[in-house]
Amino acid sequence: MSAASRSSQAQAGGGVDGPASAALLRTGRFFTRWEESDDGRAVFREGGRAGDVFYRDRWSHDKVVRSTHGVNCTGSCSWKVYVKDGIITWETQQTDYPSVGPDRPEYEPRGCPRGAAFSWYTYSPTRVRYPYVRGVLLEMYREAKARLGDPVAAWHEITTDPEKRRRYQSARGKGGLVRASWGEAVEIAAAAHVHTIKEYGPDRVAGFSPIPAMSMVSHCVGTRFIQLIGGVMTSFYDWYADLPVASPQVFGDQTDVPESGDWWDATYLMMWGSNVPVTRTPDAHWMAEVRYRGTKVVTVSPDYADNTKFADEWMPAQAGTDAALAMAMGHVLLKEFFVDREVDFFTGYVRTYSDLPFLIRLEAAEGEYAATPGDASSRALVPGKFLTAADLAADSNASADEDAWKTVLLDATTGQPVVPNGSMGFRYADSGKGRWNLDLDGVTPALTMAGDAAEAVEVLLPAFVEPDGTGSVLRRGVPARRVGGHLVTTVYDLMLAQYGVERPGLPGSWPTGYDDVSEPYTPAWQAEITGVPAEQCIRIAREFATNSEQSQGRSMIIMGAGICQWFHGDATYRAILSLLVLTGCMGRNGGGWAHYVGQEKCRPITGWISLANALDWGRPPRTMTGTSYWYMHTDQWRNDGYSADSLNSPLARGHLAGKHTADTIAQSARMGWMPFYPQFGTNPLQVAEDAEAAVEAGAAPNPAAYVAGALHDGSLTSAIEDVDAPENWPRTLVLWRSNLMGSSAKGNEYFLRNLLGTHHNVMGSENPNAPRPSEVKWHDAAPEGKLDLLLSADFRMTSTTLLSDIVLPAATWYEKHDLSSTDMHPFVHAFTPAIDPPWEAKSDFELFHLLAEKLSDLARTHLGVRKDLVSVPLMHDTTGETAQPGGRAIDWRTTGQPGTPGRTMPVFQVVERDYTAIAEKLATVGPLADTLGFTVKNVTYRVVEEVARLGAKNGVMLGGAGDGRPAIDTDAKLAEAILTFSGTTNGHLAVQGFRTLEERVGKRLVDLAEGSEEKRITFADTQVQPVPVITSPEWSGSETGGRRYAPFTVNIERLKPFHTLTGRMHFYLDHDWMQDVGEALPIYRPPLDMHRLFGEPRLGADGGKQVTVRYLTPHSKWSIHSEYQDNLLMLSLSRGGPTVWMSPQDAGSIDVADNDWVECVNDNGVLVGRAIVSHRMPEGVVYVHHAQERTIDVPKSEATGRRGGIHNSVTRLLVKPTHLIGGYAQLSYTFNYLGPTGNQRDMVSTVRKRSQEVTY
Amino acid sequence: MRVMAQMGMVMNLDKCIGCHTCSVTCKQAWTNRAGTEYVWFNNVETRPGQGYPRRYEDQETWKGGWTLTHRGSLKLKAGGRVQKLLGIFASPVQPKLADYYEPWTYDYQTLVEAPLGDDFPVARPKSLITGENTKITWSANWDDNLGGASEMGQLDPIVAKLNESVRRESEEKVRFELERTFMFYLPRICEHCLNPSCMASCPSGAIYKREEDGIVLVDQDRCRGWRQCITGCPYKKIYFNHKSGKAEKCTFCYPRVEVGLPTVCSETCVGRLRYLGLFLYDVDRVTAAAATPDESDLYEAQLDLLLDPSDPEVIAAARRDGIPDDWMDAARRSPVYALAKKYRVALPLHPEYRTMPMVWYVPPLSPVVDLLAAQGHDAEDQGVLFGAIESLRIPVDYLAELFTAGRTDIVTEVLRKLAAMRAYMRDVSLGRDGDPSIPAAVGLDEETLYEMYRLMAIAKYDERY
Repeated sequence: MSAASRSSQAQAGGGVDGPASAALLRTGRFFTRWEESDDGRAVFREGGRAGDVFYRDRWSHDKVVRSTHGVNCTGSCSWKVYVKDGIITWETQQTDYPSVGPDRPEYEPRGCPRGAAFSWYTYSPTRVRYPYVRGVLLEMYREAKARLGDPVAAWHEITTDPEKRRRYQSARGKGGLVRASWGEAVEIAAAAHVHTIKEYGPDRVAGFSPIPAMSMVSHCVGTRFIQLIGGVMTSFYDWYADLPVASPQVFGDQTDVPESGDWWDATYLMMWGSNVPVTRTPDAHWMAEVRYRGTKVVTVSPDYADNTKFADEWMPAQAGTDAALAMAMGHVLLKEFFVDREVDFFTGYVRTYSDLPFLIRLEAAEGEYAATPGDASSRALVPGKFLTAADLAADSNASADEDAWKTVLLDATTGQPVVPNGSMGFRYADSGKGRWNLDLDGVTPALTMAGDAAEAVEVLLPAFVEPDGTGSVLRRGVPARRVGGHLVTTVYDLMLAQYGVERPGLPGSWPTGYDDVSEPYTPAWQAEITGVPAEQCIRIAREFATNSEQSQGRSMIIMGAGICQWFHGDATYRAILSLLVLTGCMGRNGGGWAHYVGQEKCRPITGWISLANALDWGRPPRTMTGTSYWYMHTDQWRNDGYSADSLNSPLARGHLAGKHTADTIAQSARMGWMPFYPQFGTNPLQVAEDAEAAVEAGAAPNPAAYVAGALHDGSLTSAIEDVDAPENWPRTLVLWRSNLMGSSAKGNEYFLRNLLGTHHNVMGSENPNAPRPSEVKWHDAAPEGKLDLLLSADFRMTSTTLLSDIVLPAATWYEKHDLSSTDMHPFVHAFTPAIDPPWEAKSDFELFHLLAEKLSDLARTHLGVRKDLVSVPLMHDTTGETAQPGGRAIDWRTTGQPGTPGRTMPVFQVVERDYTAIAEKLATVGPLADTLGFTVKNVTYRVVEEVARLGAKNGVMLGGAGDGRPAIDTDAKLAEAILTFSGTTNGHLAVQGFRTLEERVGKRLVDLAEGSEEKRITFADTQVQPVPVITSPEWSGSETGGRRYAPFTVNIERLKPFHTLTGRMHFYLDHDWMQDVGEALPIYRPPLDMHRLFGEPRLGADGGKQVTVRYLTPHSKWSIHSEYQDNLLMLSLSRGGPTVWMSPQDAGSIDVADNDWVECVNDNGVLVGRAIVSHRMPEGVVYVHHAQERTIDVPKSEATGRRGGIHNSVTRLLVKPTHLIGGYAQLSYTFNYLGPTGNQRDMVSTVRKRSQEVTY
Repeated sequence: MRVMAQMGMVMNLDKCIGCHTCSVTCKQAWTNRAGTEYVWFNNVETRPGQGYPRRYEDQETWKGGWTLTHRGSLKLKAGGRVQKLLGIFASPVQPKLADYYEPWTYDYQTLVEAPLGDDFPVARPKSLITGENTKITWSANWDDNLGGASEMGQLDPIVAKLNESVRRESEEKVRFELERTFMFYLPRICEHCLNPSCMASCPSGAIYKREEDGIVLVDQDRCRGWRQCITGCPYKKIYFNHKSGKAEKCTFCYPRVEVGLPTVCSETCVGRLRYLGLFLYDVDRVTAAAATPDESDLYEAQLDLLLDPSDPEVIAAARRDGIPDDWMDAARRSPVYALAKKYRVALPLHPEYRTMPMVWYVPPLSPVVDLLAAQGHDAEDQGVLFGAIESLRIPVDYLAELFTAGRTDIVTEVLRKLAAMRAYMRDVSLGRDGDPSIPAAVGLDEETLYEMYRLMAIAKYDERY
């Protein structure tokens, strides 16, 4: 600054302080002198920066290693892990994802605060550093082994001596863990397994480890161990209630969703029950950014959720009422875009890709709604089954079996029935070869029966409009015609009737307009239920459809746990999916459903699933639906106060009448629908021996027939029929990569009491007047302490490790090789060890190899080579799904005849198990890979070449069972094998798979992968950079040409059928049980009325000390499930312990202020936490964020005097019987694909203020 | 004119998801050590909320920043520097630990080591200061996502100010009711001000601004722990390390920036909302600009200091003042210059503190359509959209108190530009011709609007930093 300017500045004001002080200060800047601005305001300095060397030193490291976090969050983010002097210092995100294109945002940097806090665990005081065994158990074991000289004998004595058993079981969870050596800990575990297999059967051995995609190798190796010994792996996706059952129902697919980069393609984006910034943190930017392209963003949530900040509109639907909103939007959409004005883009789409044009037979109603005999005008009709080619056959004997699986529509031009390609009848039969496709061959299907030939008939439709969930009947008309002697209408006509969209000339009762509050499903009707204004509902529906019309299907709905995890979440999903199918959005980039709950997408699926299930050594594996497993084995079924038919439609035909939920599970297992383990009251090793003896003696043609006969004559019983008998208890449970007891165990306190036999906080008692099952034996006293051994491996102390008999120190994600992939992006990338596992930690891979070696060793004396009779249900994507035509629930037991294995009952198969060779088999790829190949979704991959290549690359093992076979004896080699055997990572297999599929479909598909034929993604590639996968028939979408992945684009663009009955997306489900619960069509079902069903208190304040509210457990901002909720960084940024978010109204009603201690109580248990009072919460709802464990700052509860619980202490399993359906097209079992959900959102709890002086 | 270079940052609050990844990566890299347990160089505040330390914006209490003397000269709000010199041994005005929070940990060891007892072992909270059992009652992020806001929201100094002037409750600008809920996140680091009051407050001359890039640092050797800087900084972004007895602050990750890496908080920002770049400014005019008489003109005055790196006169002066050519290139490609000066969508935080802060913010464009639609308008019509910005869910007044010393017109202008970008781009994404009248309505041409869109939406790594 020049002197002149300085003086002018002083005159004009400005300057610093005043001239006097400036002069004084300039004489010496306080005590020293240095360079500064002329006015003394600023100090600039060059050089002489030794004082800053501290920070420069701090930012120094020896190496940076690529790894990620194996946590169930769908993130699959690649991270840089910094290491200095052999110590992990911190982590930051990788930014080197391959570009997704010049005109799009990129995937970098993926990550979230949880992941960024991970390295804290490495050296934290909660790290498990050594193997631990409960002291009382270890002492007894050492003593017994010393005396008896054999580990298995020792285990036998401890677990069968009631006093000893009680001693160590009742100590579970209460401290007293002592260090043991790896050798001793593994020996006890191996002895427990051998003992269980020998004494009770391999199907009493269980393992649980969720979400393979988040660390495939670690999941694979343990599962492979369990399957090799004949144990049971319980499912996670359905158990977590993350499975949208609507997906198999509507699409015939488990779940397939767009990568988040495809949100960028949407021009209208709804977030429905999905709080994207919290639950999809690394992907949320796409949602924020797409707004800048002019995409409108709408949220639906009961609270002012984090994502509402980004929303142009917020639809604050009350918790659990979302389907009412969706039905009303559907009402607007059908009226304005189908009836009042026909949009060709929509009608063309639904004619080709949905079941809307297919014909449904109208049948006479039964029961109280049956027509008056002799009075023709009283004709009471209900929608029945799909009309099939078999129904049209002049001579039913001449009809081929597959005709019952060919659905029928009417040619709009000729008025004649047509059996189009693509239905299930074309999928497996020889006659369908080349015709399993959606090519209509020039036929224009009639969407409606309306027209000259139609008769107007009234149909009865169920509705559930009462808040208490009881059903009523709507009378609405449809046009119908006679086809082949059957009175039929279309699914479309039924949809208009269901949604209350009136057309002239049809009988019945219809809404008078959008403002009709009394007739479902109008906008005004929904407003009374959801609280969303009718005008907003109408406007959004219009905008949504208009956008889709303008953009050719680029309206997208991101949907999540907020709507999925309700008891009737499947119904809600179907109501929402209907909006997307009707507007032609499914199978589009930028359109359709985007369901994100659970990280289900293990992209290299064939390699992972085949090796995990050990299909290279023996088939079939034992896989189990987690919900029904835990519901039965933790005796939660004993606390159900209702029977399945309390869910029924008034028009039900009695298939569920009088049944307890436990009965429906037993029936489902018996009919081959869903699995149940243990299978029989007898050890399956014994059953196999008996069966072979019978076959040898000529008493049965084959082992399966023997089993069917024995079940019929009662010489063999299903285990579930006496599930509480000691011989039918699960005996060992291995948990790795999971924290069952601190996270997913709904009905947590029942797990503690009945499964583990330790203290618990169950508050209620079984209601003696509640209905009891007729098919499951009732013991007056429920067993406590079923499990002999709980073994867990973890790197931190959790509720699960605290409860475990043996805790093994696991390597963290920065200490091993593994693979990661996700739905959210198209890349596969690696875990790489930044350091060796410290202390005595070992990777899961090492753990299971040690266990297998010890087990093989003990088996030489105790087991040897055995045969095992394995029972598995009728499977989806196999001919098993064509076992039970018409979806008729015919129970062989009621016929008086034995069932037919594989048709009316499960498949029974004998598997040989060499228990002395388990370790050798675990470490090699077995010979069935060569002889049978690996099959996924009915496409078999022939992998002879791949086996040879892998052998050359990994080397082969010498000697033993795996002699000469490719080695998978390290984690890196197993990773290589997974990549080698999958189409997404091996172009050769992708091309081969498409060629195979082309033969059946009769359409060109191979070009989707052809350019990638030479591409082999190796494990080394994934360590260098995230690698995009190859388009493969393993999935339904295409990445070909660098496009973003969206599901079902192959179906839509290449006319490849959906894996459903009609081959199209289904609005209508005609299975007997679906009809009986009134859910044949999309519908609204209110949240369960917990007061009516179970006697819980009514909602609301009692005017005194407590308020009863909906108890919701959404995902937390500060953890991924239970991971990180104990992490000091996350605790410092949050409230530092368990919390209960409450509205000011509810808090005020019980005099609770922010940060006051409260207790949430119901029959199931108690949770203690501190209240967060905020106006962003609606009245009548509390949020107790998911997986807040009892390990951190949980005091004793006032309710029981014991340690307050976890979030799941207040929940209990409720099984929806329709999730148990099987053996029928898309309603058929596959592991994690279809099964009852462990839903928990319908819970209510009483909240009380408690003493603020807490004790620990 | 004397040209100096300044590293600056822009954060687009419209994209911030409040995830706190920046806070965690920063803390892991810099302050997870003894003496700095409570220190977050980078923190994220939910607004409305009290911030960290609580109510730091209440300068009547904390005396941060500059004020003007009656003659119009700049003076530290905590008192002139002579006064400070004389009072150097007195305890300065500064937040107590309780205003930040008392850091804690847990008795984790008990989970592993508990002997056999009668109940689950549990890890109790322990103070990291005293080592004793503690109750957790406050933290650096206590009011995250409006936690406790229905009781404490009125303590937000801006809320207090906005609601102070009205007579009846029903007229309050900010009310804590479900239907009227709004929130946004404000990530904060040191502002690396052009006119840093921390530096001016330091009796030891330990705080300095780096000649080449303007990063403000504390010389750890010279710092004598007087703590006057803590008072002086109105953003309370200088912290006292209670172990070393020295002041510490955000270093703008200079060890990274020097080798061409973005700051940790920027690179790890999952919302992709942070931009780093160079500003050129006229150092000779800083004092005058900071002494602009009317607070509401401070934003313009600050903007006016920023020099156009393509201006031949500036280029010549810069060369004279020793700024290398590659730095000039960087200044021309600077995304922060584009957002702050070219598009004028980024605003400084609390310009009324007169420190000339160099971390700029794009204000959040929060739900508009809700309101419009409720009033029966076609919510997508851009004309209607513009008209409604003043009735945003987030009150414009609130944003104006943060970013423009109360000038709602400036905030509205920024929000209109964001709205215009969305309206214009909608046509483009649906394959229709863009409507040139939309950018024109906010004083931009189509190319500039599209450039701005690319920088804000597509925001490639190389363009952010």
